[in-house]
Amino acid sequence: MTDSKYFTTTKKGEIFELKAELNSDKKEKKKEAVKKVIASMTVGKDVSALFPDVVNCMQTDNLELKKLVYLYLMNYAKSQPDMAIMAVNTFVKDCEDPNPLIRALAVRTMGCIRVDKITEYLCEPLRKCLKDEDPYVRKTAAVCVAKLHDINAQLVEDQGFLDTLKDLISDSNPMVVANAVAALSEIAESHPSSNLLDLNPQSINKLLTALNECTEWGQIFILDCLANYMPKDDREAQSICERVTPRLSHANSAVVLSAVKVLMKFMEMLSKDLDYYGTLLKKLAPPLVTLLSAEPELQYVALRNINLIVQKRPEILKHEMKVFFVKYNDPIYVKLEKLDIMIRLASQANIAQVLAELKEYATEVDVDFVRKAVRAIGRCAIKVEQSAERCVSTLLDLIQTKVNYVVQEAIVVIKDIFRKYPNKYESVIATLCENLDSLDEPEARAAMIWIVGEYAERIDNADELLESFLEGFHDESTQVQLQLLTAIVKLFLKKPTETQELVQQVLSLATQDSDNPDLRDRGYIYWRLLSTDPVAAKEVVLAEKPLISEETDLIEPTLLDELICYIGTLASVYHKPPSAFVEGGRGVVHKSLPPRTASSESTESPETAPAGAPSGDQPDVIPAQGDLLGDLLNLDLGPPVSGPPLAASSVQMGAVDLLGGGLDSLIGDTNFGAPPAAVTTAATPARLGAPISSGLSDLFDLTSGVGTLSGSYVAPKAVWLPAIKAKGLEISGTFTRQVGSISMDLQLTNKALQVMTDFAIQFNRNSFGLAPAAPLQVHAPLSPNQTVELSLPLNTVGSVMKMEPLNNLQVAVKNNIDVFYFSTLYPLHVLFVEDGKMDRQMFLATWKDIPNENEAQFQIRDCPLNTEAASNKLQSSNIFTVAKRSVEGQDMLYQSLKLTNGIWVLAELRIQPGNPSMTLSLKCRAPEVSQHVYQAYETILKN
Amino acid sequence: MIHSLFLINSSGDIFLEKHWKSVVSRSVCDYFFEAQERATEAENVPPVIPTPHHYLLSVYRHKIFFVAVIQTEVPPLFVIEFLHRVVDTFQDYFGVCSEPVIKDNVVVVYEVLEEMLDNGFPLATESNILKELIKPPTILRTVVNTITGSTNVGDQLPTGQLSVVPWRRTGVKYTNNEAYFDVVEEIDAIIDKSGSTVTAEIQGVIDACVKLTGMPDLTLSFMNPRLLDDVSFHPCVRFKRWESERILSFIPPDGNFRLLSYHVSAQNLVAIPVYVKHNISFRDSSSLGRFEITVGPKQTMGKTIEGVIVTSQMPKGVLNMSLTPSQGTHTFDPVTKMLSWDVGKINPQKLPSLKGTMSLQVGASKPDENPTINLQFKIQQLAISGLKVNRLDMYGEKYKPFKGIKYMTKAGKFQVRT
Repeated sequence: MTDSKYFTTTKKGEIFELKAELNSDKKEKKKEAVKKVIASMTVGKDVSALFPDVVNCMQTDNLELKKLVYLYLMNYAKSQPDMAIMAVNTFVKDCEDPNPLIRALAVRTMGCIRVDKITEYLCEPLRKCLKDEDPYVRKTAAVCVAKLHDINAQLVEDQGFLDTLKDLISDSNPMVVANAVAALSEIAESHPSSNLLDLNPQSINKLLTALNECTEWGQIFILDCLANYMPKDDREAQSICERVTPRLSHANSAVVLSAVKVLMKFMEMLSKDLDYYGTLLKKLAPPLVTLLSAEPELQYVALRNINLIVQKRPEILKHEMKVFFVKYNDPIYVKLEKLDIMIRLASQANIAQVLAELKEYATEVDVDFVRKAVRAIGRCAIKVEQSAERCVSTLLDLIQTKVNYVVQEAIVVIKDIFRKYPNKYESVIATLCENLDSLDEPEARAAMIWIVGEYAERIDNADELLESFLEGFHDESTQVQLQLLTAIVKLFLKKPTETQELVQQVLSLATQDSDNPDLRDRGYIYWRLLSTDPVAAKEVVLAEKPLISEETDLIEPTLLDELICYIGTLASVYHKPPSAFVEGGRGVVHKSLPPRTASSESTESPETAPAGAPSGDQPDVIPAQGDLLGDLLNLDLGPPVSGPPLAASSVQMGAVDLLGGGLDSLIGDTNFGAPPAAVTTAATPARLGAPISSGLSDLFDLTSGVGTLSGSYVAPKAVWLPAIKAKGLEISGTFTRQVGSISMDLQLTNKALQVMTDFAIQFNRNSFGLAPAAPLQVHAPLSPNQTVELSLPLNTVGSVMKMEPLNNLQVAVKNNIDVFYFSTLYPLHVLFVEDGKMDRQMFLATWKDIPNENEAQFQIRDCPLNTEAASNKLQSSNIFTVAKRSVEGQDMLYQSLKLTNGIWVLAELRIQPGNPSMTLSLKCRAPEVSQHVYQAYETILKN
Repeated sequence: MIHSLFLINSSGDIFLEKHWKSVVSRSVCDYFFEAQERATEAENVPPVIPTPHHYLLSVYRHKIFFVAVIQTEVPPLFVIEFLHRVVDTFQDYFGVCSEPVIKDNVVVVYEVLEEMLDNGFPLATESNILKELIKPPTILRTVVNTITGSTNVGDQLPTGQLSVVPWRRTGVKYTNNEAYFDVVEEIDAIIDKSGSTVTAEIQGVIDACVKLTGMPDLTLSFMNPRLLDDVSFHPCVRFKRWESERILSFIPPDGNFRLLSYHVSAQNLVAIPVYVKHNISFRDSSSLGRFEITVGPKQTMGKTIEGVIVTSQMPKGVLNMSLTPSQGTHTFDPVTKMLSWDVGKINPQKLPSLKGTMSLQVGASKPDENPTINLQFKIQQLAISGLKVNRLDMYGEKYKPFKGIKYMTKAGKFQVRT
């Protein structure tokens, strides 16, 4: 006798029959009837018509029957609110039942009935149950508060349930604590501003105690809650880590991953020299490896998280390469993730093994996987220089297989290898050319065309090859058209005599017959360049290309740090911050890793302010398969201007191009690569005689910003030496920087009664070697009450001694009366040199290269500038914006500056429209300057 | 937290739905069906699927998709772990977990699901506790219930739920007190063409069946605990004691449970107990290919290898195979191209082999991919990692229990590339 019999009655009078049975006198019959009703409900049949009859069965002492009726109520109360009221009395009575199971069941069910009228009656029983003597009832009631909050948040606050819930965190029973934490976390999620879980060392201690004793699910809630806590110092962080570490051995993978999150976050605060830091690193590896032996679904989530962890701390898993080897019957989603991590872990030590594996994968059945494997071989070549040769020969082997998609992928990656190692592997070009005809995917065609254009001088029949592509020019995708245009121009510049016709053909195709603005504009630019100044054209089109980055697909550092705080959540699976996808636009609190340096600025408000409404222009953080470069680069390609087609084109092409190089040589070079001289020579004639190209003038407008440099900010003069201290001589002054030279503007006032003469000045040794470049020249004697203003040029070739503070300058001034000493602090921005703009590639590489502990974070408050204005202001003081992007409504400026002694400082300035505070992160190899650079920022921005 | 659960069979019918909060329309599953269509095989359906308002997290077991619907940021591992727990519970309750069985027991299923989650928060997931709340159906109980009118829902609060040892109920009584432990190790390995090991690791578990009266406190020690550097414990194990003394000390749950699972990583040398000699070759011109495999014992520590099954997914171009095994039986499915050879025991004196020809499509070029050989086997009385239990002691109770330890080694994902 099974329950399937409940499904079989499908006759017409079914409802009627059930009604009769429900009203039967026999208990057994009633129960059977309710079971039938439930069975119909589970498969989605509408049995709501039976509501009154089922509710009538509620008053029973049979627990099973009661439960079944409750199940029914939860499902249908919403559709029959008036009827549901009938049940209220029974609920209230059940909440007083001597059996805790029934009390708990009643309060639990009531919370699930989402009918306002019932909710009112729920408050009293709930209050009692929250203080019930039985922990089982208390823990059920704790969850009920969350349910109630979901239905009517105001009611929960008015009734003071939140405070009761907070009290439950100190409950003696760990299960109650866990549920209270879970309920509070859920409520807090919908109210990010409310400070529901204000954690302090005492409550943390209670949570850690409960952690050891509660159920696995409770442990997850507690660990996730702990991860939001910000320990006050590294000792506290260490003690929490020590108590969390045993969770790594838990059988439940969610517990393990939540523990990993807490450890990864708090590790930030520990000093790397600490023995414990090393121990912790070692302890993290085995549980992560173990996650990979779980069910495939768990593996997938684990792998997405490991991908983040490997980027943040590659040292943890560097010896575990083998566990990421793909098994042929892994589901495809696991295979692709494993491959990604394999490349991230690839190094000189293990490259041979990795390559052998990748070659094996390239013969598998699944097309997506094979493609990714081929691409991975190319990425290995770029990442590990020693392996490049083997990678290339492996790729050639694969091309010989003639499997169409393998060949195409191989050509795309070989192009990248050419970019990375120019003039090394060109011998393979002949083999590539053999496969020209089989290429049907735009990316592969574009790559091949790039190769032909780039090495036109070595390919005898380059013109024929390119011409063959030209025939179907209009049927090609934009990507291929652009590439073809550039390739032919390159060819023309290299072999001008034979290819004049070809280049004219392509230029006319691109400018006259095409509807695509990007293509047209690029065509016109080439045309103008070629017709006005072929030498400049050569310089621009054939300019040396910047190196491509070694690591690809890297997540941008700030985003990575944020994602580390979200390990184990959906955010970590999507590699997007929750604000980018969490439903309902509820404000989401941004999380950030705790700063390692315990500077006062950063501890004040380590959590950045809540974001406003998430903006529409979310960057796509998960790079598409074809997208070889990190999103940072590829988003930044577009200059921060709307309107001109150039911006659009470069963004759109960014994915292929920056690596591909051919096309971007134009855009890349005019914007930041080539010397400005080349741009201006090209620009002037173009502008004068350009009747057509509005696009062109737009282009040059973009660059004009770079050229106009006003002097940097000058502070008002301050009194350095008061008259009383210097026998009547008062000196006030300030520092300025104009067109590359630093000077000290002085104002000398004679407040004594005698004439002053014979002025001279000398500096003590200082941190940056500042010294007067000329003697102090006060031409006439200074009579009483007379003031003279003069400017003393300075240079930075004096002797160097580190001062405390760093920007302290001790000055001696002599006159006919005496020698006086004073010391002053110079603003650091006078030392920012004009050529402090770093190239994007360099910036990214340097940012990665500088260890994280050198990063310092500061808040700049009350500075209501918009991004544009801030960038301009900073630029005039030689702080250059290298790149800009916006993430969920915040603008990020990536900036660089260089000090006179050659120290580079990299900065990330986060500006939120409407929020007067900015966040400044500085990275520098000499971290002691950070504080002063921050002060410089503040001075510049606020004046 | 977890909003709803849908059970979907392989033909795409939703045959059960359960909502823990408000009702989510089944139409949300359309997104799942789309993904299912895109994936070539059921195993390849991605476990996390975003939809405009919800997220669908699924696991695929016993040819059933268990699809959970969530609305807010919830740890996905938490959801997936929970879904696996649901499957385990069904299996525990009904012996098998299949669509007909779930339909047969739909009311119990519904009751159990209701106990497992409250408003999306896990409530009772320990099978010991669940069984006290809702008794699993047995034929005897059904008969008794029908006669006496009693129910299969317990009306007592499960005793263990709030004690310090939530996994054990009080008042356990047995006439025969026994504690059995099974050390089971699975070798996951990839062997390359030439027979050398690409990667090999061991996933081990110690499963226990403990039927002891009262509140026994057990300690289990090993001859070589150093092997266990990557372990996951049942919550009953006292972690401190393990950290300091490398001894497992615990109050066991009642009945069957997994005491610990461990992982011996690829970095340690893992002994490979079998080898496969293979010669699978296609020729460009001919429509016949040669096929020959031989299986033999390697480092077996003198134990017999049994239950050997060789399976291999042959390339699509293979039309049929004509093979002769020296022992056992073999089948080739010309539709799925799956070759399966049930070898049985390996006799080291006379190695089993399977030889013959493969017929290919006439005129087709030879297949690009090489078939991978999957191996299953069992070795009794051997833990291949070398793990050995030293002794088992019981404290807290006066009687003398029967004790037993069994070892077994099995193939996990054991693959040989050709």
